Amino acid sequence: MLTKRIIPCLDIKDGRTVKGTNFIELRDAGDPVELAMRYCEEGADELVFLDITATTEKRKTLANLVREIATHINIPFTVGGGINTVEDVSILLENGADKISINTSAVKKPGLINELAKNFGSQCIVVAIDTKKIDSNWKVVTHGGRNATSLLTVDWAKEITQRGAGEILLTSMENDGTKAGFAIDITKDVSKSVAVPVIASGGAGNMKHFAEIFQQANADAALAASIFHFKEIAIPDLKRYLSSQQIPVRV
Amino acid sequence: MKTRVCIPDFGMGNLHSVERSLCRMNVNPVVSADPREIEKADKIILPGVGHFKKAMENLVTLQMIDVLNEFVLVNKKPILGICLGMQLMADRSDEGDVAGFGWMDGSVKKIKVNDGLKYKIPHTGWNQAMICKDSPLLKNIPDRSEFYFLHAYHFIANDRADVLTETIYETRFPSAVARENIFGVQFHPEKSHATGAALLQNFISY
Repeated sequence: MLTKRIIPCLDIKDGRTVKGTNFIELRDAGDPVELAMRYCEEGADELVFLDITATTEKRKTLANLVREIATHINIPFTVGGGINTVEDVSILLENGADKISINTSAVKKPGLINELAKNFGSQCIVVAIDTKKIDSNWKVVTHGGRNATSLLTVDWAKEITQRGAGEILLTSMENDGTKAGFAIDITKDVSKSVAVPVIASGGAGNMKHFAEIFQQANADAALAASIFHFKEIAIPDLKRYLSSQQIPVRV
Repeated sequence: MKTRVCIPDFGMGNLHSVERSLCRMNVNPVVSADPREIEKADKIILPGVGHFKKAMENLVTLQMIDVLNEFVLVNKKPILGICLGMQLMADRSDEGDVAGFGWMDGSVKKIKVNDGLKYKIPHTGWNQAMICKDSPLLKNIPDRSEFYFLHAYHFIANDRADVLTETIYETRFPSAVARENIFGVQFHPEKSHATGAALLQNFISY
């Protein structure tokens, strides 16, 4: 049986992880490679690296970092942040990323999804959707939730799938950082509207939240950052818990 | 003498993750688009992601078809196909409606599911390989071990005797196959952590 995936997300700035971590065993808590290896050993199913480096100049260091990560870990990983062109994607894939994720650039220029799918295949194209409830409708937002769009989230999810997205990373900006649980309603709506896997993100605070998003919203994977970084939830414990709830996971 | 492993570079995706996996086990493969490197090799790993038809076209353009056929069918040296690389071993594929190498008796079809809400395409993530038949490739690999899958097409074997493992995604499909010196896996051992590394090591030691 296909297992539900647990995906830690690492925010990267200038080649370093930004959010602090609570891994006292790590020599260098800011080293993304060391943290990635740690998660790999703990049983993470995939990893996502989100580059929030502000300047184009410094972003060039990302390719080197991706290469370094690919050398050291043997589970799949996705790289996102600031990807605007076929060339950007080509560099990341050549350096060993398994998938890339685009967000704002897809909203600005939806044709980019078609272009990327045609060049590299849908299997490595993740389209991230940031969503927020605006006037009781779930809508797509960009720039970390600061900019609203007129796009309805479910419509956008269908459109990106038709354009060639191979997977959707859905982050609820309503829930992100609250630790009050994932956004079950919109994740469920998106998941039943598209034929590609959906990764739920934003709001994980305890193990029960993971069980809920898998059981109630049929998410294919769940992503979280700080609860893993600060060891509020250890991945092996989470997997054991999910397994006890009859949710198939890789243990 | 050290085994010479060649990974033919025919322009179909992430060859370097396989290369890196082998480097971690101190095998330094040759990644090359030069057909002569195939002739010189003791073993070949044929990875690949992407479109079947495009892959066959690239192999023709790079003049790799004949050397690979000779390597596999005449010299009977070991080859491991991964993901698309496994599918290319089939007689033909629906993806582009073209012929493959024909080393494995069967064809490649798009994954069909009845419950599209539960079973998303591509089949993405970790799933179990249920062992049907012993093989040196599966040495020390427990039954129902999990491997990482990412594919929208899968191989349908005409001869059950070729099937080493099966995986269930609504229906059963062959996830590892073998016939004499020819091995193929639908999953990505290079992305399947320790179990995947063990499988690659088995192929290298074979």
